[in-house]
Amino acid sequence: MEVTWIGVLIKAIIILAVISAIAGFGTYIERKVLAFMQRRLGPMHVGPYGLLQIAADGIKLFTKEDIVPQNANAFIFKIAPVITAATAFIALSAVPVFPDFTIPSWIPVLGGTFVPSIASDLNIGVLFVLGMMAAGLYGPLLAGMSQANKWGIIGAARTAVQFLSYEVVTGLSILAPIMLVGSLSFVDFNAYQAGGIGDWLVWKQPVAFVLFLIAGFAETNRTPFDLLEHEAEVVSGYATEYSGMRWGMFFIGEYANMITVSVIAAVVFLGGYDAAGTLGWLFIMAKIAFFFFLMLWVRAAWPHVRPDQLMWLCWKVLMPLAVVNIVITALVMMV
Amino acid sequence: MYEMIAFYLFSALTIGLFMVTVMSKNVLYAMTSLASAMVLISGFFFILGADFLGVVQLIVYVGAIMALYSFAMMFFDATRDIKEKNTNNALVFLLGGLSALVLVLIFAAPIHSDAIHALYPIHEGAGNAQDVGIVLFTKYLVPFEVAAVMLLVAMIAGIILAGKKMDHSLTKDLDADDEILVVKDRK
Repeated sequence: MEVTWIGVLIKAIIILAVISAIAGFGTYIERKVLAFMQRRLGPMHVGPYGLLQIAADGIKLFTKEDIVPQNANAFIFKIAPVITAATAFIALSAVPVFPDFTIPSWIPVLGGTFVPSIASDLNIGVLFVLGMMAAGLYGPLLAGMSQANKWGIIGAARTAVQFLSYEVVTGLSILAPIMLVGSLSFVDFNAYQAGGIGDWLVWKQPVAFVLFLIAGFAETNRTPFDLLEHEAEVVSGYATEYSGMRWGMFFIGEYANMITVSVIAAVVFLGGYDAAGTLGWLFIMAKIAFFFFLMLWVRAAWPHVRPDQLMWLCWKVLMPLAVVNIVITALVMMV
Repeated sequence: MYEMIAFYLFSALTIGLFMVTVMSKNVLYAMTSLASAMVLISGFFFILGADFLGVVQLIVYVGAIMALYSFAMMFFDATRDIKEKNTNNALVFLLGGLSALVLVLIFAAPIHSDAIHALYPIHEGAGNAQDVGIVLFTKYLVPFEVAAVMLLVAMIAGIILAGKKMDHSLTKDLDADDEILVVKDRK
């Protein structure tokens, strides 16, 4: 099927709408999952089982007063949340989310349009997504530096530290699967593992898989590594002075990034979407949902780490492991 | 058509942003415009079909400018303007103008495009990353290896410079505690 610009546009709108909605719903799921793991009930009062809590939160975020602190650099302060949200969605444009489909022909204007699985099928998709997610950290960095608040600047300093620590591990851990597949395209990763569960890269690259997951947690600021806005230490880090929808945009960006990391992990290591089978799209949704759940699970199970522990972990443990993994992979491929 | 629109858009934005980088007295504006201009430059690589180099530009400069930001954070109050000390404005103007002129001449030289032949044309069917790899490991093998050795030397030097007192901890050092106590006693 030919990909037209209308198809790409529809895909982009679908990604924006659905992922933003999932980001809102993700907060509800996160609170529920954490609550059940801690033997609480979580949100229960708004709607059945607290399901309408998202609407209540949304109304609260939209109607809150938008405050810009007096001594802050107002322009940078205002664009920082947009950077986080925008880069998160740009990264999503190059990963396969949801299956291909053709709009049925009885729908008046758009009938017969083919909507692709990947909005923009770059042949260097993996690198592009990682680069865009890295650019997303400018959001917290600029937010922290522009707000004339000491907690903010500590949050910004921690952003830089965290970025410089995990970025090497992400790149090196995903390099070994790239060497095996011999391509940077998500489509090729999917094709390489098309033979079923036995062909999944996680069996050939277990070390790379674990390293990538750990680095992914650091990349999305999830709990063992959420140094940037560690409530117990630095009030709220980079988000201290933010309120209302600007604060909400940081969180939409964070949840979108969680989904992106889940998609990368599912496609690169867990077989991706099975193109031949009819239920491939269902399986990739299940895999993405599993990784999303894993992030919540880890948050309930593990305490925070200190910044020096993060640096120690990334530079002294994970990076050497990743390099050894690459050397062994290269030797096995050569022989 | 689209490429032309994209090219002029990216050019105008890049030049404008670099102007802000040079002219602005605020660290935050200068750094942010530098970072966004570097990201926009990768757009030119994408227009030319060099996807791989575009993404490399993105990844490398995002990381590099992140490190610059951390220096800015340590040395300046990011929310205030900086007073620059220019002792001789005429000299600054002359040197800046001259280097700009040289750069323009260098980049305007390929205006005689008949004389330029691609020594290593792209291979049909091979991807962008593969082509870069082929050139790096055939024609430019020696510069590539030399650059690798240079980076290794820089890394070892950095570790040695930073790591002089790495073997004793700042938080667990008993001597350090004693020193703090001594200072307190003096007060």
